[in-house]
Amino acid sequence: MIACRKSFTETLLSLAREDRDIVAVTTDARGSVTLDEFAKELPEQFVECGIAEQNAVGISAGLAHSGKKVFVCGPACFYVTRSLEQIKVDVAYSKNNVKIFGVSGGVAYGALGSTHHSLHDIAVLRTFPGMTIILPSDARQTKKVVQMLVDYPHPAYVRVGRASVPVIYNNDDFDFTIGKANVLLEGNDITLIGTGETVYHAYEAGKMLRDKGIKARVLDMASIKPYDKDAIVKAAKETGRIITVEEHSQFGGLGSIVTETISESPVPVKIIGIPDEHAINGKSPEIFAYYGLDYNGIFNSAIEFLKKMSAGK
Amino acid sequence: MDQKEILSLKKTAANIRKGIIAATSAAGSGHPGGSLSITDVMTYLYFKEMNIDVKQPKKPDRDRFVMSKGHCAPVLYSTLAERGFFPKEDLLTLRKVDSYLEGHPNMHTVPGVDMSTGSLAQGISAAVGMALAGKLDKKDYRVFVGMGDGELEEGQVWEASMAAAHYKLDNMVCFVDYNGLQIDGKITEVMNPEPIADKFVAFGWYVQSIDAHDFEQIHQAVENAKQQKGKPNMIVCHSIKGKGVSFMEGQAGWHGVAPKPEERDRAIAELDEYIASLNA
Repeated sequence: MIACRKSFTETLLSLAREDRDIVAVTTDARGSVTLDEFAKELPEQFVECGIAEQNAVGISAGLAHSGKKVFVCGPACFYVTRSLEQIKVDVAYSKNNVKIFGVSGGVAYGALGSTHHSLHDIAVLRTFPGMTIILPSDARQTKKVVQMLVDYPHPAYVRVGRASVPVIYNNDDFDFTIGKANVLLEGNDITLIGTGETVYHAYEAGKMLRDKGIKARVLDMASIKPYDKDAIVKAAKETGRIITVEEHSQFGGLGSIVTETISESPVPVKIIGIPDEHAINGKSPEIFAYYGLDYNGIFNSAIEFLKKMSAGK
Repeated sequence: MDQKEILSLKKTAANIRKGIIAATSAAGSGHPGGSLSITDVMTYLYFKEMNIDVKQPKKPDRDRFVMSKGHCAPVLYSTLAERGFFPKEDLLTLRKVDSYLEGHPNMHTVPGVDMSTGSLAQGISAAVGMALAGKLDKKDYRVFVGMGDGELEEGQVWEASMAAAHYKLDNMVCFVDYNGLQIDGKITEVMNPEPIADKFVAFGWYVQSIDAHDFEQIHQAVENAKQQKGKPNMIVCHSIKGKGVSFMEGQAGWHGVAPKPEERDRAIAELDEYIASLNA
């Protein structure tokens, strides 16, 4: 179990030692991002902006404008709403090569409450032309994402959680490609699609279904924009039903992407996410359980969904 | 600066003002008032001060200019056209469908535009980033910024100002176009940002106040700013909104309204008369 944020900053530090154009920017968040070592070892490549996310994104755009490979890092909740205007104008529209690294995304801050949740970031950012959005599912994948992003010439938003997360990829022998989903389990009875930390739960639920004789296909949709259209269309055609699971509002995120994609040849889709309400207070796993985002919830939803479907037939 | 040089800058400024009038009039909309008030500063920067190359607008070591008050695109475009970045006749396509001259500056379509702006106060933060990159890379380019006085009502200005002083960005020179008017009226009535100079002093800037229509004062202030070490530079430019066109001067109503054809003709005639008097 390793935290994705730790994997992100360790990878960034090792790359920044060799590439002096890499700059990390933060907003009094070096502790929460885990940038302390970076700041200590490479002070010339570290920019502290104080508690001012809007200014931090603007400064990052200016740094990128003058040739820096900028990673602006801080709590996802503040970066994507407070500095949304700056992301829209200075990053996406101006095509300044800034990577926004949002930590403690979704409900990772749990009991800190709704002010600290970011359950809308996918929905808004995917309407910005030119933005890339990635939600890695484990530490190894996060490492690959950072390695890819360093020389990726477009703005991007990466969201990870806070706590250590289980391993999904046991070794480095897997691909991470922008716009491509990874198939974790093959099957033709139903498809479960997750992104970020819900991928683990979808994967576990897929294994639980397998024990019941139901062959679920499980997709890791880390790359949310651009996303893997073919994998979705194929899943609809070959498995006939899809469940999406996201640590995000049920509206505008992964579920929407899937239903928009297959709207001309639809199959039933169940969207698991946070409904149109301010999420309950509690630890992150408690919130996952309450809204059915954990493997038990996904498993139960799948069983019920399949029952309803066969009754419908 | 000798009198000959000042005379030449005055003529150039009058031609840039003609471009602003022609462009906004052709567009039927746009922001002439605040464009005309900052014209002399823009003229000085692009015709006397800045290290730029019209053949290589993105040359890495160039001086940068960020028009943080992006709605004053007409003066930026007219200045760039006058300087030779693109043909002057293109000014008449301002805001027209398919024109590369959008209502607010786009760095990817307009040669010579350094940063896309339009949402107030964001330009100054980007300029801080550019100046910081210059410091990190030990480059000696400067970053110039044009700001509005109404723009100072945006909180981000003060975040950026704090950061510029914190990082001792003496390679940054900002001009606040202090014409005292914003779209809905006097800045002191809409949301008073005064005392402007004192605020920047308190934020740790090196602050000078000048008459924005006096080239000798602009020159002295820029030279002082270049000598000064360890602080970002603010030049508070006391200016007249609509400067150069008698019926537009000091009128908030000309903030975001384009001259009609007969108004355009009167304005151009006045400016031509002024140029003729300079020639005489």
